[in-house]
Amino acid sequence: MNHTVTLSRLRACAAAVAVLALSGCATTANNPQDPLEGYNRAVFSFNDAVDRTVLKPTATAYKKVVPGFAQTGVNNFFGNLSDAWSSVNNLLQGKGEASATDFGRFALNSTFGIFGLLDIASEAGMPKHNEDFGQTLGKWGVPSGPYLMLPLLGPSTVRDTAALPADFAGDIWTYKDPTHVRNIGVGVRIIDKRASLLDASSLMEEAALDRYEFLRDGYLQRRQSQVYDGDVPRQADDGAAAADAAGDANSQVVPQPASPEKK
Amino acid sequence: MKPVMQMFAAAAATVAFSTSVFAAPSAEAPDTLVKRISADVIDSVKADKDIQAGNRTKIMDLVNSKILPYVDAQKMTQQAAGRHWRSATPEQQQKLTQEFRTLLVYTYAGALSTIKNETVEFKPMRSSPADTDVEVRSQVNVARGEPITLNYRLSKGDQGWKIYDVNVLGAWLVQTYTSTFNSEISKSGVDGLIKRLADRNAQLASKPLAAPAK
Repeated sequence: MNHTVTLSRLRACAAAVAVLALSGCATTANNPQDPLEGYNRAVFSFNDAVDRTVLKPTATAYKKVVPGFAQTGVNNFFGNLSDAWSSVNNLLQGKGEASATDFGRFALNSTFGIFGLLDIASEAGMPKHNEDFGQTLGKWGVPSGPYLMLPLLGPSTVRDTAALPADFAGDIWTYKDPTHVRNIGVGVRIIDKRASLLDASSLMEEAALDRYEFLRDGYLQRRQSQVYDGDVPRQADDGAAAADAAGDANSQVVPQPASPEKK
Repeated sequence: MKPVMQMFAAAAATVAFSTSVFAAPSAEAPDTLVKRISADVIDSVKADKDIQAGNRTKIMDLVNSKILPYVDAQKMTQQAAGRHWRSATPEQQQKLTQEFRTLLVYTYAGALSTIKNETVEFKPMRSSPADTDVEVRSQVNVARGEPITLNYRLSKGDQGWKIYDVNVLGAWLVQTYTSTFNSEISKSGVDGLIKRLADRNAQLASKPLAAPAK
């Protein structure tokens, strides 16, 4: 009898420990916005390795070797394609004027800007917006949910990951035939994006004590700022008092995830 | 004769000093202050080839002389440390502030060395003249891509307005460090955090600043 009880208790303990370890709650400082921290850190290491070995060197070489006007052309081309989707999203968010501007940009740059290689619209004073379906969902009131690091795609949130299929569908380049040209385009776009982030990433190397956390916290704030278009409602934070609430001054950024967290 | 002269000199110096002290915290509005510092720093960077080439000493001097006096490093550190601030001894608080400030100087210096042709545009401030805590919003117009938001939070103390937080691309600096501070302190206490910062600063001191690619 004793033996059985002990065994089942042991099993229960083991199960509890496993659950705790999996949920990442085993350590003392757990961020309520990052219940998947264990998983996220693992993916971060993976992404970081890929970045260090493949992406960053390629992007650095790209930035050094490819002539400036060509880099600008590439950047403009893909930027133009994204304007079309931004226009749709602005409309879905009820921002008519921004939507019209983005559509105007797309129309102008695609024609007079020679398929988007030239960004005439910016010079004409039409501001560029950067809207995606994740932001649209956010505007509609969907909370971002926990932080989620995606393999190769980088930092995201549960909401934004769910929005990805819509973003793919809204990406004009997805419909480009033949496949090999499309794939080359995707590759070039990734390198272009990475090249534009080189300065920011080296800054992060210097500034961050823990790169994973720095990226997470910076990303979540930035994401929230994007949803609100720069006008995030500010909580009255007075340093220590705010930090007392939820143990973390980040509480203004996202609501607590549904699962009950340790307190 | 001499002692009297000395007294006169001392008195004159005191008066001069105190007048300058009283004159310094002028009624300069926070956005004017930020605009002035901003323009000053950018002009200095653009005018100095050494800085653009990545001369670390010069950039740090620039940061120390033109930016730091207007930054409330203690408030920044206090906010980043959150509820742990109160449980730290005054010495720890001072050391922590010092190390954090040094890290920020290295970070600003790194950012400054990448300035090329950017212009800064300030947005109208939304606050009333009676406010003692304001946000100054600006954006940096870059050659490629959308403008970079750069906002500052300032609070008014006895020495005038001081910056206590900076927002780049939507992320507030202090908030981004809060989580790191929190987990580090929970793991190894305030001293552990101080050591970590000190190590990082030592590492940055020995590293040459990367010169911009083009």
